[in-house]
Amino acid sequence: MYILAAIILLIVMALALIRAFKGPTLYDRILAVNTFGTKTVLLIAIVNFLAGRQDFLDIAIVYALINFISVIGILRFFEYSTKLPLDEDL
Amino acid sequence: MEMLLDILSWILLASGSFFCLTGALGLLRFPDFFTRIHATGITDTMGAGLILIGLMLQASNWIVFAKLFIILLFSLLAAATACHAMAKAAIKSGLKPQTKDNREIEPEEQPSKP
Repeated sequence: MYILAAIILLIVMALALIRAFKGPTLYDRILAVNTFGTKTVLLIAIVNFLAGRQDFLDIAIVYALINFISVIGILRFFEYSTKLPLDEDL
Repeated sequence: MEMLLDILSWILLASGSFFCLTGALGLLRFPDFFTRIHATGITDTMGAGLILIGLMLQASNWIVFAKLFIILLFSLLAAATACHAMAKAAIKSGLKPQTKDNREIEPEEQPSKP
């Protein structure tokens, strides 16, 4: 049953990557990358149980912290920088 | 007792995966940034919470349980905060929500009705 959840999470990450490459505005890409990071934390926690090792959960905690801080940092950077033309590709 | 915990954990994992899948479909199919953030903001919290609770039922000792509980608490806090920050940054930088009046933003995704 861990295999089923891991495969579904991989499909979800692939769909988020499609949106991150396709997304018309910058914020669509940030949202897709944030979703990708959240699902990566869940995937690492499931792989911990699949592999039978206990030290993957530390990696999951660190990944969750880094994901949140990086998304907030990117948003701060773009919120207070100059007004970007939103429909362009970056 | 063990079998009951296994069945409950399997149900929680399957429903959490289902929520994650619906969130990803919403992220891919919805027409606007604010509808997409609605889809993923809700299902991120729900799916992550269900999957982590389902894994917590399978924990072999208390330290695995505690680490999963820390991840659960942090993801409950962080998903909502990140979604709020993204919507606020998008509004402040001038991204307008799609309404009935300005629907011609992405004309190739609208089906042509006779």
